[in-house]
Amino acid sequence: MFGKLGWDSIPFSEPLPLVASAVVAVALSATALWVWRAGHLPYLWREYVTSVDHKRIGIMYCLLAFVMLLRGFSDAIMMRSQQALAYGGHQGFLPPSHYDQIFSAHGTIMIFFVAMPFMVGLMNFVVPLQLGVRDVAFPTLNSVSFWLTATGALLVNVSLVIGEFAKTGWLVYPPLSELRFSPGVGVDYYLWAIQISGVGTLLAGVNLVTTILKMRAPGMRYTRMPMFCWTALASNLLIVAAFPILTATLAMLILDRYLGFHFFTTDLGGNQMMFVNLIWAWGHPEVYILILPAFGVFSEVVSTFSGKPLFGYRSMVVATMAICILSFMVWLHHFFTMGAGADVNGFFGVMTMIIAVPTGVKVFNWLFTIYGGRVRFDTPMLWALGFMVTFVIGGMTGVLLAVPPADFVLHNSLFLVAHFHNVIIGGTLFGAFAGYAYWFPKAFGFRLDEYWGKWAFWLWIAGFYLAFMPLYVLGLMGMTRRMQHYDVPGWHPWLVAAACGAVLIAGGIACQIRQLYVSIRDRKRLVDDSGDPWDGRSLEWITTSPPPAFNFATLPNVSDDEAYWGIKDRARDEAKLSDRPDYEPFEMPRNTPTGFVVAFFSTVLGFALIWHIWWLVIVGFLGAWATFVVFAWRDEGEYEVTAGEARAIDDHRRREKARLLGLDDPAVEQGA
Amino acid sequence: MNRRPSFRPIVAIGLLSGALGGCAPALLDPAGPIAAGERTILFNAVAIMLVIVVPTIFATIVFAWWFRAGNDRAEYRPRWSYSGKLELLVWSVPLLVIIFLGGMGWIASHQLDPKRPITATAKPMTVQVVAMDWKWLFIYPEQGVATINHLVLPVGTPVTFHVTSATVMNSFFVPQLGSQVYAMAGMDATLHLMADRPGQFCGLSAHYSGAGFADMNFAVDAVSPAQFATWTAATRGRGPALDAATYLRLAGATATMAPVTFGAVQPGLFAAAVHEGGAPVHITAPDGREQ
Repeated sequence: MFGKLGWDSIPFSEPLPLVASAVVAVALSATALWVWRAGHLPYLWREYVTSVDHKRIGIMYCLLAFVMLLRGFSDAIMMRSQQALAYGGHQGFLPPSHYDQIFSAHGTIMIFFVAMPFMVGLMNFVVPLQLGVRDVAFPTLNSVSFWLTATGALLVNVSLVIGEFAKTGWLVYPPLSELRFSPGVGVDYYLWAIQISGVGTLLAGVNLVTTILKMRAPGMRYTRMPMFCWTALASNLLIVAAFPILTATLAMLILDRYLGFHFFTTDLGGNQMMFVNLIWAWGHPEVYILILPAFGVFSEVVSTFSGKPLFGYRSMVVATMAICILSFMVWLHHFFTMGAGADVNGFFGVMTMIIAVPTGVKVFNWLFTIYGGRVRFDTPMLWALGFMVTFVIGGMTGVLLAVPPADFVLHNSLFLVAHFHNVIIGGTLFGAFAGYAYWFPKAFGFRLDEYWGKWAFWLWIAGFYLAFMPLYVLGLMGMTRRMQHYDVPGWHPWLVAAACGAVLIAGGIACQIRQLYVSIRDRKRLVDDSGDPWDGRSLEWITTSPPPAFNFATLPNVSDDEAYWGIKDRARDEAKLSDRPDYEPFEMPRNTPTGFVVAFFSTVLGFALIWHIWWLVIVGFLGAWATFVVFAWRDEGEYEVTAGEARAIDDHRRREKARLLGLDDPAVEQGA
Repeated sequence: MNRRPSFRPIVAIGLLSGALGGCAPALLDPAGPIAAGERTILFNAVAIMLVIVVPTIFATIVFAWWFRAGNDRAEYRPRWSYSGKLELLVWSVPLLVIIFLGGMGWIASHQLDPKRPITATAKPMTVQVVAMDWKWLFIYPEQGVATINHLVLPVGTPVTFHVTSATVMNSFFVPQLGSQVYAMAGMDATLHLMADRPGQFCGLSAHYSGAGFADMNFAVDAVSPAQFATWTAATRGRGPALDAATYLRLAGATATMAPVTFGAVQPGLFAAAVHEGGAPVHITAPDGREQ
């Protein structure tokens, strides 16, 4: 009846995750109860859960990322404290069976459920606004994408309480992940969580590529797109090209585990290196899927807060697209130590180093964007500067690891761990935080509190250096990754230092939570009526904050390299806003619970597959399919916004813009 | 500021104990030509990159500070966003550095290729390595002996390692000797290393392999050729023999263990282990007949 599921599936012997989950469950129930009692439930259902508005979906992606960051970080702090304690004869407080799950979950969560949703969320929110359009190409699909990602995150968290998570590392290398060596459900949790969320990510990629290629405001030529749109295009092209590889690779492992195939087993012709090749054929582009949007955020932030256009725009576009293509030609550098020949290693080493050229170009271009500017040190700019300083160090160690003979001694060491945290934290995460601070006022109409934002920044950056510079040293001292305990006395002080760094980062996260709380509490003080709090240059700043569901009453006409800056400049020169456009009625997509319902059945499906509850598999699958059919047969998918509504909202916007630019009230002037 | 003096001694003690603490696998203290070559590459590559990384970090801080909004002495150029000369510089500086580094990397990949035999006056020897859950088996086919978790090598003699696994993936690594290579069931990876000074080094698995992974260490003793000959003579014919049954028992016992020596080794064991994906159920004689 319940497949492999039984009372013994709940890990009573390991109280730590149970207690932690109980606390989280209580907190969640309390929040849910409060939402229900306060009568917010209909609002949440209408405005978020069933929303197909790209902005709302983007916000939910970022929220999911932030919640999962807390989960992934608690894993991190457990690992750091375990390694600070488990020295000499001590075993620390985490036995291997638990520690091995923690580092696997940490990597999986941080990549798939923190970095990815944060970046996808920012792109979702910003790209249509920057392109000057009203939504993404497929709004309902967008909602499905988000909820499928949430399904994956939920399954990973369920594994805390029911069953176990993978004990194989975040990329589940076979043969360790094969049934013979990992008979439990941990790897199955990983596989189905990633498969389901991977479908969501692929659909999100298709959606954004289509949006950027096909839906731009009049006059928004490719060469006028803001840099963030370019990096989003490159990133989503990579998603479309790379995620099918991931899905296929994991599907083969699923066949091995569920149906006794031998793709990657040690016997009957299976080949483990085939998995390793395939997973990195996805995995290396994935690195650039994560970093390219962050590069885009920094391009916007550096340019805005320096009060200058981005230096060398065309160079930046070329560099972005070069990285996009090159990222598919370097995957082998993740396993120089498999014993390939010198020519193969040499080729992939050189290809990897070549990626450093466009990346270096980007750094120099940001530098020259600052040059001659008037730099304002608001939080987004601090993150950008912190990134530039930190990222070049990570880039340097990356190029070092690309030299095959250096990799022969550094591979899998803590030097490697330090390197990828250096680029993922110093690059992607700082980019996410910069984007969060930069676009928050656009999303909610008030700024984030600067005081706590700056505290968060300084604690994060100090914590990062204290936590990861010792890992570089430890790598050079020969410490390999994923050790549950060790006996080398020389390593211990460095690991204690790294643990202190993790505590500083915890302080940074606490400041971010405090910042959010204070900002919501003081939203009147932090309010921004203008829709343009940073003196922005691209189209998201032309509309109100928060923007109306349809973003723009009329699609803006783009006639400059920097769309909004040009419009602003002309308004200042002519001392008046552009002429009032003719408003026309238009259609917007209706809300639909399709995404949420599909994700509900997908969760059921995933859970049932993990536990081999076959009747429930059928229920989950049919439920998801039926939901799709019902949606496909809908009668009406859109509602009309009348010219009058559009005009009323635009009047308000024009009044605020006039006030921002110190012009006469256009409504009064035109007798409206 | 009170904290700094108290912190420094801790770091110093850490480094010192790392250097002196018996079996510390330090990369920067090579004991063989491969490790020394790799350290040189590492230092050179870092030095070359620091030449642009340090000025870039410096320029970031200086530019951002000098062009701060409140600084009236800095010239504001709100429309300046292109310069052909700078674009040329921006592309050519990283390009030149990467051409240089890439050339270096290409040459080094060939010079330090794990498959490339080491030239030395002494006659090379062979060691067959099998990763097991969670211990290392070393077979000396020419000497007819084998050990668990204890690798004895003659100084100045090039060693050809053949590495495979009786279980999941591991990575055979002696940091002070240099390159690591994956140990994979069904595969025979070649690695050439040499110790050029006597000493006791630390070996480990550099690829996570399950619950007992943290204990998967082994001691490496680099001794003079005469001592090595004495050791093999003393080991050969004494103690238990390594045959297929013993091998399977070892492979099946999922735990680390104290070092053991075997005075005899069944011929063809390693080849069979590779052929059978780690478990030599059938041992094939050189004529192809199953034994």
